[in-house]
Amino acid sequence: MIDTLLHLVLVLAMPPLLLGVIGKTKAAFAGRVGAPFLQPYYDLGRLMRKGIVLSDTTTWLFRAGPVITLAATLFAALLVPLGRHAAPVSFEGDMILFAYLFALGRFFTTVAALDTGSSFEGMGAAREVTFSCLAEPTLFFALITLTRLSGTMSLTPMLHHVTPPVWVATGASLLLLLTGLFVVLLAENCRIPFDDPNTHLELTMIHEVMVLDHSGPYFGCILYGAALKLYLLGALFVNIAVPFALGDGYLDWALFACAMLALAVAIGVVESVMARLRLIRVPQLLVAAMILTAFSLVLVVR
Amino acid sequence: MLFDMMRDPAVLVLGAIIFAGCSGLPGLFLRHGPLGQQLATAGALCSCLVALPSIVWLLLSGRGGSFLLEWNLPFGPCEIALDPLSLFFLIPIFLVFAAGSLYALGYWPAASRRDSERSVTFFYGLLAAAMALVVVARNGALFMIAWEVMALSGYFLLVTEHEEAEVRSAGTVYLVASHIGAAALLVLFSTLRSATGDFAFPAAGSLQLAQGGATLLFCLALAGFGSKAGIMPLHIWLPSAHANAPSHVSALLSGVMLKIGIYGILRVLSFVPQRPLWWGALLAVAGLTSALMGICIASAQKDIKRLLAYSSIENLGIISAGIGIWLIGEGTGNPRLAYLALAGALLHLLNHALFKPLLFFCAGSVMHATGTRDLDRMGGLSARMPFTSLFSLCGAVAICGLPPFNGFASEMLLYLGFFGEARAPEPYVALGAPVLALVGGVALICFVKLYGIAFLGAPRTELAARGHEAPAAMLAPMALLAGLTLLGGLFPQLFLALVNPALSALSPAGAYPGALPVRPLWFAVAGGSVIAMAAALFLALRLKGRSLPAGSGPTWGCGYLRPEPSMQYTGSSFGNLFGSLLAPLVRARTRVGVIAGVAPPAVQLGYAPEETVLDRMVLPSVSVVGIGFAFLRRLQHGVVQVYILYIFATLLLLMLWVH
Amino acid sequence: MNSLADQLLVLCLLLNFAVLGTSRLGFSVRAVALQGVLLGVLPALVHPFSWHLAGIVVSIILAKGALIPVLIMRAIKKAEIEREFQPFIGYIPSLVLGALFTSLAFIFAAKLPLAPEHEGLLVVPASIATLMCGFLVLMGRRKAISQVLGYLLMENGIFIFGLLLADAMPVMVEAGALLDLLVGIFVMGIVINHISREFSSIDTSRLSALREE
Repeated sequence: MIDTLLHLVLVLAMPPLLLGVIGKTKAAFAGRVGAPFLQPYYDLGRLMRKGIVLSDTTTWLFRAGPVITLAATLFAALLVPLGRHAAPVSFEGDMILFAYLFALGRFFTTVAALDTGSSFEGMGAAREVTFSCLAEPTLFFALITLTRLSGTMSLTPMLHHVTPPVWVATGASLLLLLTGLFVVLLAENCRIPFDDPNTHLELTMIHEVMVLDHSGPYFGCILYGAALKLYLLGALFVNIAVPFALGDGYLDWALFACAMLALAVAIGVVESVMARLRLIRVPQLLVAAMILTAFSLVLVVR
Repeated sequence: MLFDMMRDPAVLVLGAIIFAGCSGLPGLFLRHGPLGQQLATAGALCSCLVALPSIVWLLLSGRGGSFLLEWNLPFGPCEIALDPLSLFFLIPIFLVFAAGSLYALGYWPAASRRDSERSVTFFYGLLAAAMALVVVARNGALFMIAWEVMALSGYFLLVTEHEEAEVRSAGTVYLVASHIGAAALLVLFSTLRSATGDFAFPAAGSLQLAQGGATLLFCLALAGFGSKAGIMPLHIWLPSAHANAPSHVSALLSGVMLKIGIYGILRVLSFVPQRPLWWGALLAVAGLTSALMGICIASAQKDIKRLLAYSSIENLGIISAGIGIWLIGEGTGNPRLAYLALAGALLHLLNHALFKPLLFFCAGSVMHATGTRDLDRMGGLSARMPFTSLFSLCGAVAICGLPPFNGFASEMLLYLGFFGEARAPEPYVALGAPVLALVGGVALICFVKLYGIAFLGAPRTELAARGHEAPAAMLAPMALLAGLTLLGGLFPQLFLALVNPALSALSPAGAYPGALPVRPLWFAVAGGSVIAMAAALFLALRLKGRSLPAGSGPTWGCGYLRPEPSMQYTGSSFGNLFGSLLAPLVRARTRVGVIAGVAPPAVQLGYAPEETVLDRMVLPSVSVVGIGFAFLRRLQHGVVQVYILYIFATLLLLMLWVH
Repeated sequence: MNSLADQLLVLCLLLNFAVLGTSRLGFSVRAVALQGVLLGVLPALVHPFSWHLAGIVVSIILAKGALIPVLIMRAIKKAEIEREFQPFIGYIPSLVLGALFTSLAFIFAAKLPLAPEHEGLLVVPASIATLMCGFLVLMGRRKAISQVLGYLLMENGIFIFGLLLADAMPVMVEAGALLDLLVGIFVMGIVINHISREFSSIDTSRLSALREE
């Protein structure tokens, strides 16, 4: 009960903090002070109070898109275990539901983008669907490897199976898997090197350009949903990367929260030291990530 | 006695089949007018209303029916039997037939289509009845007769608009491919007869043949039934046939006739008791390749119905792959894998028979409104056609396999089967999961393109600007199918209750756990929660929006001085990025006019995706064969009497040779 | 078989020669009609009486003796021809070949492994000879009407062979034979009509213009 409550609180409250940490890290690299850690919360609050401007070309789908995406991501949040605690909802095959809920969100985000009738959004939508379809198999290869290691098909036992002894036994494979997952994390959440979340030039945008016409609370939904997606995929990553169980419930939560913040710092570092890839290179990188995870499966099978 | 017969559901089903076949007959004899079509639709609805409850009752109670037709034809008495497999395949036949007949009232009305409506209505009923007869026949000769009637009815429906050259050539390719498949089936049934001694189908698992014989049977079945099911590379007739037929005909062809090919494969597989492992591997690989290539080619299409046709190839590939994995599971003694794969395949078959006709009906509605099939000319139809747009959205989400619709349920079963194999010593089967994920990702591209470009944004041409909503006769079947897709997504156990009896007909009873590893309740919980949360958020934001300042205006013009609707992304541009990754596989022919001079006149750019297998492999090989036969032309001098002389000379030779 | 049947069969063979030797189409049609009537009478001589047999006899006489000749005469009147000009195989050569084929038929019939009660009968040679004369007419004449006549001769030849079946023929076989004949005539009628329309003549050698280059 307490676990479920803490899970909900953490999953609802923490995601914007990650964005704040990433921003602060990038600022540190650039020698700036940067925005406060809690800036994303202030942004969300501000957006909730702002007015809505809707385009004449759009239909109800434009407003429904962010909402459905957020709803799907919220349900996915119930499926992922945070740290060594079980997720509230867990059943055989929930990992497939997890992946497909994100696909549902992607469908409605891209459709809402096409609803505006703007060529910018169309371009962003085209890029988003192309790159994400290349990122899907990578995630599934990773899930196959984890299934093979753990013998179950539910996220909670699968991720909890990864403990230090398992790392010692299959370290190389897990490292490859983590690399692939990290690439998927960056790709799905529109981080450098796939997409620049701070750019304003349409030629370089993917996700940013899809949400160009949203405003007010709907834009807040989109921002929050994006942060939540980053959080969930990051939780997946952290569960494998930080396999320690400290035994005490509260300490496990604290460890998990610190690990997520460390991940945010890592993402910030990657964003600061790398530049955005040319669009032609993006599919190549995604295919390389797919091959890495496939290779991790091969190593586990051996 | 007649009353007792009427209470027997099996007799009711047979009667419904005959009634459906005759539904188009009154229209042939009446004068031109709407009465014939209305009678036919009433007949179709009646037959469906009688047949579907009987079929469901028979399936759930585990009963069947068997009838013997004693007639004096050379191939002996013919048996017609309703076993769970046949009953399962009858469900989509009746459902789509009734929905299509109702749809035709609005789409192909007798008033505006005087010349062709009567033949379309007649052959529609005949096609449905022929398909039903194929599924219930238990005699090789009766099967072939029904198969030919089905193929020819399909042809006559296909060439309804035969004034256009494209339709005629589509019909020719269909006819040729259909009869090559039928030739393979003739050899199949002759082989079966020489093995068993008569044309009647052997009972399940009772055919004893030498290994080579069984392999021959399997290859012939794959060639004959696979070409009807659209498994690559035998699919060449499918895209142009489904694109050029009227929409309700395409719905029946795509939603049901392809499945009859799968039925044939399953029936032939059921004869053989020991199925080697390589059969399953071949089917699985062919299925997954077909699925991947089909959906990749679909992503390049700009014709709505061609896109849907290639998507059918993809879904049939998934079903075939599921059947292949079932065979692998059986061969390796893995009942869990076998059950999940076969249940997933059959559930996907039923689901596809729901959302593909829905999508074809929506495409027909769009064509009815705008008069064009070209995606790049549409746009903004959602404002003028709200219901079509809503049902089309349901269909698009369902076919991408996204929760909470039914496509997700069947794909989940297949994924569970694949993932379960990851724990096996040799997890080759598990590799199907990333392939299926890739297929799903590309399907997302196609259907975001279809829905977004056609219905959303601003109208790209005049044709789209004057779109109007479809009449109620067209909307009602779409609503029904959309409702069924949502029902199947939230409560897949209902559809699984229909699938499970069919499994027993294909394998010894009790061999399967029968229970899913995932409780079906989760589908309802997940789907329901997402829908509920979305609705709650939507309402909350609307309420919030009331208290906030609101504004509206045109979409930001990206800095252009005069933004035009034609500057929007078209379907071709949307799919172009993915298409550029697939350049050798999916080519597009671009026609560019010449731009010369300082102030050139208007120039047109055209873009047409080409059919990879047909244009690059089949047609060149056919023309090579044609060159080889040129020398035989010299024997063809056209004088009838000389031909008769050849015959007489042969006869004389034979007579003189007798001793 | 009694001698009346034998004489009728000899008459049939002579009618073959009549058709082979004449260029007048009307005469040929009547000869074939007469042959048909004779063939209709033959089963009555060979098989014991029964109502079924009487029915068959009457229907054959009507079909071969009346219905089909009427149809052909109507086609001839419509096409407005009377004679066969310039056949591929001339009339004298036709007669010679006809005689040759008839003797070949007798030799061949002697070589066939017939049942003991059928050996030495005139039925088998007559049927094979008629068949071959039908072929000869088909090969040698130009006009489409002559082709129909050749086809009818062939049918008569096959019918004669059918007389060998000792018991009364099953209705199916007989009905099948008559139906086959009728359908053949219909088809030929249609074909002649189309040839005449297409080429303004019913000269079948013009059909070679249709071949694919």
